[in-house]
Amino acid sequence: MAPGHAPPPLPDGIVAFVKRDCPTCALVAPVLRQLAGAVPLAVYSQDDPSFPEGVAARDDRELAVSWHHAVEAVPTLLRVENGVEKERRLGWHRAEWEALTGVTGLGPELPDFRPGCGSLSVDPDRVPALRARFGGARLAARRVALADREDAFEAFFERGWTDGLPVVPPTEERVLSMLEGTLRAPDEVVAVVPPDLAPCTVEKAAINAVMAGCKPEYLPVVLAALAAACTDRFNMHGLLATTMPVGPVLIVNGPIRRRIGMSSGMNVFGQGNRANLAIGRALQLIVRNVGGGRPGEVDRATHGNPGKLAFCFAEDEEGSPFEPLSVSRGIPAGRDAVTLFPGEGPRCVVDQLSRDPDSLARSFAVNLRTVHHPKLVLAFDVLLAIGPEHARVFRDAGWDRKRLTERLHELLQIPGDELVRGAGGIAEGGPSGIEGKTLPKFRPDGILIVHCGGRAGLFSAIIAGWAGGAIGSQPVTQEVTP
Amino acid sequence: MSGRGAGDARIVLDPTSERAPALRARLPRLASLSAVTVGLLDISKPRGDVFLDRLEARLSGAGAEVRRYRKPTFTKPAPLDVRQQIAVECGAVIEALAD
Repeated sequence: MAPGHAPPPLPDGIVAFVKRDCPTCALVAPVLRQLAGAVPLAVYSQDDPSFPEGVAARDDRELAVSWHHAVEAVPTLLRVENGVEKERRLGWHRAEWEALTGVTGLGPELPDFRPGCGSLSVDPDRVPALRARFGGARLAARRVALADREDAFEAFFERGWTDGLPVVPPTEERVLSMLEGTLRAPDEVVAVVPPDLAPCTVEKAAINAVMAGCKPEYLPVVLAALAAACTDRFNMHGLLATTMPVGPVLIVNGPIRRRIGMSSGMNVFGQGNRANLAIGRALQLIVRNVGGGRPGEVDRATHGNPGKLAFCFAEDEEGSPFEPLSVSRGIPAGRDAVTLFPGEGPRCVVDQLSRDPDSLARSFAVNLRTVHHPKLVLAFDVLLAIGPEHARVFRDAGWDRKRLTERLHELLQIPGDELVRGAGGIAEGGPSGIEGKTLPKFRPDGILIVHCGGRAGLFSAIIAGWAGGAIGSQPVTQEVTP
Repeated sequence: MSGRGAGDARIVLDPTSERAPALRARLPRLASLSAVTVGLLDISKPRGDVFLDRLEARLSGAGAEVRRYRKPTFTKPAPLDVRQQIAVECGAVIEALAD
């Protein structure tokens, strides 16, 4: 029920809710006629005001009274005093009905007890429309009326509200259904979204989540990702504005991955999983529509990457030799969390021969060195996505996340002589003065490891970052709450 | 549009921040640089200082007083205190953008 909306008042006395389509209601029709002669009685009929015969039933085919008084089953019997409900009974139960009404000898020919049927006001096919009709006032967003002959899908392109693909039109019904996915109030501000620094409420996030194709149960992940993206640490403004080909990459941990059907396996970065794609897309649509971040405006990417439509996946925790990424970043085990990494598109690392962990770590290291340029160091973080067949090598050898990470840092200490500008006949590189020194490729917490992918294939993937550390973006992990 | 749950599909909710485009009139062009304080904002991109040094020489030659400001990093918007300081101290500002 919408807060601030007074429900339609109930008359004093005995109040019943029935529908003709319910066999128990048909069964108790004689009892209602019996009551009508004995006590003040109001009967609300949900599907046919001529039912029950012999009782002047009130027409509740609009279901307004049933909806506002949370009727879940028919028959429902209430006792009302001074407009306040004092007692409620569901279904037919002679002793209960007699106690509630104070009338004895009800329906002597009936069985003692018969359960009722579902109320039409909780029929899943009707609930979205009822919620919009009776709860729409809780939505604050501006209503946009489309012209009669305007194609709804084209209208969104013309207003600049899409990422280049069609969006689901955010009707009141759909947005109210989306809001059922969270316990948070629609007017709660989740984040201040760059580049316009516009406050984004739960409702605005829900509107964009509808457009992105989310189901209501995805919304908590979208809200957590939005909050994480708009922190100073993650620096969504810089990530958007940079000429580099990066965007937010979302990694989801915890039981919610399975509950909402996310993919962590085969084709994990690819097409085909609604939760992965819709959640990633929702965040991007919020940045575009609420934050005002659009390509060619504040988004100055030279090339961009297709992941800027949506780049979101789950970690395969069950098959992983490592603790979950979220746990390694301080979230207690078993909790839901989303980690945002500022990343470009994924690139494959092939090693089909290494069967010992050090050999495989060396394979990773030589590939990781090439991130953005083999002669540039300490500028970019990296997300290393290890596939299950590679992960098995580390599991069999007893390597945990910490040991692998430390080994990679050891292997990525690079002689300054190879990095300095001009070395190798390449102008790009570090400034003079680094000759004779050794420099690490990545800052100490600049390598993140996640386990995902299909079970076949001795492959892993590298997702490179952009300006790392305090001057740019740092990965952020945010707990997902209902 | 049709289908269950679509409801009145002719009414949709605005997904944007609903900020009416605030059309603000531009300040009048300065008649002269004489005795005007001009702020030069270095956004911390490499070689931005080279560009601004040159500008400072030219502006000083035209009679302007020049003050220099710097953002901590080019990847983030200028901190509020820097913006306020420029607004209070300067009659005009030039930002060095690219490297």
